[in-house]
Amino acid sequence: MTRTLPRTSEPAVGKPIDRVDGTAKTTGAARFAAEHPYPGLAHAALVHATISRGRITAIDTTEAAAIPGVVTVLTHHNAPALKPPRKVSPLDLSTMASGTSVAYLNTDEVHWDGQPVAVVVAETLTAAREAAALVKVVYAPMRSTVDFLAEEPNARPQKGNLLMSGSAKKGDAEAALATAPVRVEGRFTTPPHHHNAIEPHATTAVWDGDRLTVHDATQSIDWLRSHLALRFDVPAEGVRVIAPFVGGGFGGKAMIWPGTILTVMAARATGRPVRLLLTREGVYRTVGGRTPSTQRVALGARTDGRLTALVHTSVTYTGRVGGSPEQVTSQSKHVYDAENILVRQNLVELDLISNTSMRAPGDAMGTFALEAAIDELAYELGMDPIELRMRNEPERNPIDGRRFANRNLREAYRLGAERFGWADRTPEPGSMRDGRWLVGMGVATAFHPAWQFLANVTVRLSVDGTVLVRCGFQEMGMGGATAQAQIAADALGVPVESVRVEYGDSTLPLSPAAGGSMQTASVASSVLAACQKLRRKLAKLGPPGETPAAVLARAGVPSLEASVGSDSRLGRLTGQARFLAKLLRDQRRWMRAASGAQFCEVRVDPDTGETRVSRWTAAFDVGRVINAKTAVSQLRGGIVMGIGMALSEETLVDPRTGRIMNPGLGEYHVPVHADIPPIDVAYLDEPDPTMPLGLIGVGEVGITGVAGAIANAVHHATGRRIRDLPITLDKLL
Amino acid sequence: MRVNGADEPLDIQPQVSLLDALREHLGLTGTKKGCDQGACGACTVLADGERINSCLALAVQYEGREITTIEGIDHPLQGAFVRHDGFQCGYCTSGQICSAVGMLAEHKDGMPSAVTEHAPAGELSPAEIRERMSGNLCRCGAYNGIVEAIQEVAR
Repeated sequence: MTRTLPRTSEPAVGKPIDRVDGTAKTTGAARFAAEHPYPGLAHAALVHATISRGRITAIDTTEAAAIPGVVTVLTHHNAPALKPPRKVSPLDLSTMASGTSVAYLNTDEVHWDGQPVAVVVAETLTAAREAAALVKVVYAPMRSTVDFLAEEPNARPQKGNLLMSGSAKKGDAEAALATAPVRVEGRFTTPPHHHNAIEPHATTAVWDGDRLTVHDATQSIDWLRSHLALRFDVPAEGVRVIAPFVGGGFGGKAMIWPGTILTVMAARATGRPVRLLLTREGVYRTVGGRTPSTQRVALGARTDGRLTALVHTSVTYTGRVGGSPEQVTSQSKHVYDAENILVRQNLVELDLISNTSMRAPGDAMGTFALEAAIDELAYELGMDPIELRMRNEPERNPIDGRRFANRNLREAYRLGAERFGWADRTPEPGSMRDGRWLVGMGVATAFHPAWQFLANVTVRLSVDGTVLVRCGFQEMGMGGATAQAQIAADALGVPVESVRVEYGDSTLPLSPAAGGSMQTASVASSVLAACQKLRRKLAKLGPPGETPAAVLARAGVPSLEASVGSDSRLGRLTGQARFLAKLLRDQRRWMRAASGAQFCEVRVDPDTGETRVSRWTAAFDVGRVINAKTAVSQLRGGIVMGIGMALSEETLVDPRTGRIMNPGLGEYHVPVHADIPPIDVAYLDEPDPTMPLGLIGVGEVGITGVAGAIANAVHHATGRRIRDLPITLDKLL
Repeated sequence: MRVNGADEPLDIQPQVSLLDALREHLGLTGTKKGCDQGACGACTVLADGERINSCLALAVQYEGREITTIEGIDHPLQGAFVRHDGFQCGYCTSGQICSAVGMLAEHKDGMPSAVTEHAPAGELSPAEIRERMSGNLCRCGAYNGIVEAIQEVAR
């Protein structure tokens, strides 16, 4: 039995505590992957293919090699061997890590425009860059398929995977649609997007015999360690990945892309420590982005607004050399209580770089189409769009009748509407003005499933009263170290200032990757379990003292440690198997998700079509909030990225050549300060009863529904229904 | 070159940018490289107190000038950024802070902006801060916190 420890401080969980890495980041002391000095460090630069498919017939490096300071130029003629990636296995999630299946510099084949075909290593960055521009490559191009829209008619049904099904149905939605008294139907499109973390992907690699140390901008420390060991055929025990600070990821640093592999390869080939910081263009050329989509949403309803049919289908792409099927229509299985539902996802394969996850994969795009269609239906019915949503709010998961682990969307809408002032809206499009500006208000539902993965943790209490939590996650901006310190402080009854969290190193206990909004929640449940174990151990030492440290002092014990999980090969395998079993069991039992209500106000210039977002309120159901400051920031950050998605972000792929035409922040427009109004974020703080600590992730739900809310507000302002993102002014003229 | 109050002898090629000189030659990695094209502002430093994109400046042009990087900044903005959560990943933060220091001085000197056509006086409004800080991108979306932090310090 665990005895209750006397509390020595106020609870830390829920408080808006400042980030523990705040000073490091505001003084420039926090070092990122390309900022670690090594004696003899050399610099790498990539040469990118200029065709989308074919073979290299000749490659001339003479001129490049003659630049003073060039150490070597690696091509498929002289590069060290690389083992192929393994087949994906659910027992070892690191098998999912490879960005593409290409054997970089081990083949004369070219699979996408931008694929690295040579690496220059030089004494200085200047020399490496100069030499890279002088490598001459001759190609024999082959026919390639790169035009997404032209390929759309050839799309094939997408297969499901362990976590998500590809398609689902309840009843006969098409038949119900045909006979529905009220109907809306639309085709929606979203363009490709890029993550554009401000830190470009970066790697510093150092070999010592068969031992490898890598500083990398990665969201997946453990995956990277396993993957590098596999590709370079060395024992995983000898590979160390260090990544405490990562300058933003948003999915773009979850997989392992060629830059990382080639830096490690260059270090191996030269026997020197090598660093590569990708150019911004290099990020676009060698790291996948979000797939474009076309979507059909059709809704049938009775005149009272009850949905009789919901059809949501999509087409997206994967690269011929990799990528993941995008779960575009996933939320349509969970959000509205339609009598008949059909969701189906279709895929085309293109000769482009693999697509990859980007903040709220699937749901960010799917909620745009679904939420805009619901708004259209509300106008068709002459009903308030919130009222329409509430009339279709399900008691159980619509597609299969599972219980919801948590579902407080009604409350989120009530709270959001009140804070936003929804009651002041006059429904008629074009009816609200402020001077010359047309004013519009829009609303949409946010939704993102919540998961939990395997995390190993060690917690140590010392007689001086300090607590050390150790786990190999990374700090990418989520505030993980701060949140875990808060959890440990409360679980042990110590002040949060006495807890230090060690992270960002593969020598620490295994952490899951940062992705799917699950890292903090996964680590948190293990921190809690380890602290509870520690308290049981403490109780055996003697009766409770003033503080946990006092118990140690009385017993004459310098420190006490407790662990959750084992990092041995067997320990990891059994841990993963146990976790998988729990995951599947939970999935059968409950539908667990974060949700929310997004409210926005836009102003549209009637002459130029310029659209500005002038107000935002969001109310979320994200379970218990550990840190009121960092959680709100993350939710707000999702909304900001959603505003970019709605109004300005678009990667332009040349449909003839497959080349990205705007690979830079000057041409791909992410939101700037002037685009972002104060964003009011509220949360219900209702613990999820099925999660330890009641916490579910906040990383992705923030972006969902944002583009839908803006499209709805633009319609309210102008009467124009824009179904193609981004909503740029040309579409409003 | 004088960097953060110290004389730094530098022997570099003429095409080396101020940013690469700071990061690669002087080991001052607090200044960040986000795009190397003048589009993101992560590399913002102060040259004789004025904010510049160090990626668009050649190091040799700054011989004898006083360069201040984040490592040389000791300003109330730093604490305000932490309190207002004006960052998440922290990669744009050095540039945001250097830019804000320069921007406050510009405003004090009566420099106009697109929001205020004529030399403004008095308090910086949030709209004014947003306009004047728009050269510094934050992909984590910490803009609200950054504006609040600057507003607090400007008061």
